[in-house]
Amino acid sequence: MKKVYGSAAEALDGLLRDDMLIAAGGFGLCGIPELLIDAIVDSGVKGLTVASNNAGVDDFGLGKLLATRQVKKMMSSYVGENAEFMRQYLSGELELEFNPQGTLAERMRAGGAGIAGFYTRTGYGTQIGEGKEVKKFGEDHYILEEGIFADLAIVKAWKADTSGNCVFRKTARNFNPPAAMCGKVCVMEVEEIVEPGELDPDAIHLPGIYVHRLIQGEHEKRIEKVTTRKKEAV
Amino acid sequence: MPWDRDQMAERAAQELEDGTYVNLGIGIPTLVANYIGDKDITLQSENGMLGMGPFPYEGEEDPDLINAGKQTITELPKTAYFDSATSFAMIRGGKIAAAILGAMEVAENGDLANWMIPGKLVKGMGGAMDLVAGVKKVVVVMDHTNKAGEPKLLKECTLPLTGTGVVNRIITNLGVLDVVEGGLKIVECAPEVTEQEIRDKTEATIVN
Repeated sequence: MKKVYGSAAEALDGLLRDDMLIAAGGFGLCGIPELLIDAIVDSGVKGLTVASNNAGVDDFGLGKLLATRQVKKMMSSYVGENAEFMRQYLSGELELEFNPQGTLAERMRAGGAGIAGFYTRTGYGTQIGEGKEVKKFGEDHYILEEGIFADLAIVKAWKADTSGNCVFRKTARNFNPPAAMCGKVCVMEVEEIVEPGELDPDAIHLPGIYVHRLIQGEHEKRIEKVTTRKKEAV
Repeated sequence: MPWDRDQMAERAAQELEDGTYVNLGIGIPTLVANYIGDKDITLQSENGMLGMGPFPYEGEEDPDLINAGKQTITELPKTAYFDSATSFAMIRGGKIAAAILGAMEVAENGDLANWMIPGKLVKGMGGAMDLVAGVKKVVVVMDHTNKAGEPKLLKECTLPLTGTGVVNRIITNLGVLDVVEGGLKIVECAPEVTEQEIRDKTEATIVN
């Protein structure tokens, strides 16, 4: 089974269509599939619904897809860093479905695990719970949330072998595994593709069964907020 | 003298029990990390990390290592990384002993509003709804009144809720209050602040 492709555009060939649902990994700008996002911008596909915790910034990450008006709807937990997003949302050009962060992650994981819905206490008694089934277990109320079954998942890992077994690095893991799981097809970009056997089978973060297509490339890995401390004088 | 931001954070740090896992929110709650002292506290960052370390030295920032506020941070020898679904499994599953969060309004029954002001820019709730629904002890750190001097501890919240009946303890610039049966109970006053001043600046029912 050949999973390795030569470029992001090649890896996405035949997978994109208007009005599809895409799940994207990443938290803020950390661990985002930046090469695949650029290729989707270039493809011109439109009317997209994108399930992603955040929406990038104006000129990087998913912000690029917003700038070109290719996104119809976002499913996110926090979108505060993107002025163009706010402009489109407030003018009614862009739909937004807020999901609590843990609910969004679990909806992706559930979809990938073949679970159509689950009950959670998160959001009960708030706007998020409005219109959703409520069920009482013991003393607590839970609301029904549905699994996400995405047409396509775009994710980023650190290293993968040619069969798609992969490892992530530090907090760049974030939404990438659950997003990968919930895609009917998952395309992954990595910093390095290695031969089978080079990654410890006991230390694989996401098994290759969830990864259908794979590319390697150079990543900008932009930092959203640089915070540092001074070295104390010795 | 009412407490300033650092003093509120220092007071909030007293709420953390030795040997526990804790999640700190953005703003004043982040400052709580400066006052943990000798206690063995493991900080959780909901983007997928246990054992959050301090900010990196200049030039040592790692784009793959950020906290939930998207700031660059460092790891510790005890650090573990995991994905977002696992992160919120431990939050929802009650494994985190305490969360310290900011608030716009708290009601006397423990309702919390801290994510949205209708008509203003809506940024989203992030992980706040999951945290208040799942964490055992929710401590709120906030100014006692708004900029116009109006109470933020209310009989009922006016803003959209983050969670219902979720707040356990409130630390403001004026003192410490607990959510108890029937209303809020004053636990402690900041230096030179009287119980009467807290009562005057609180709309919520104060119980003795």
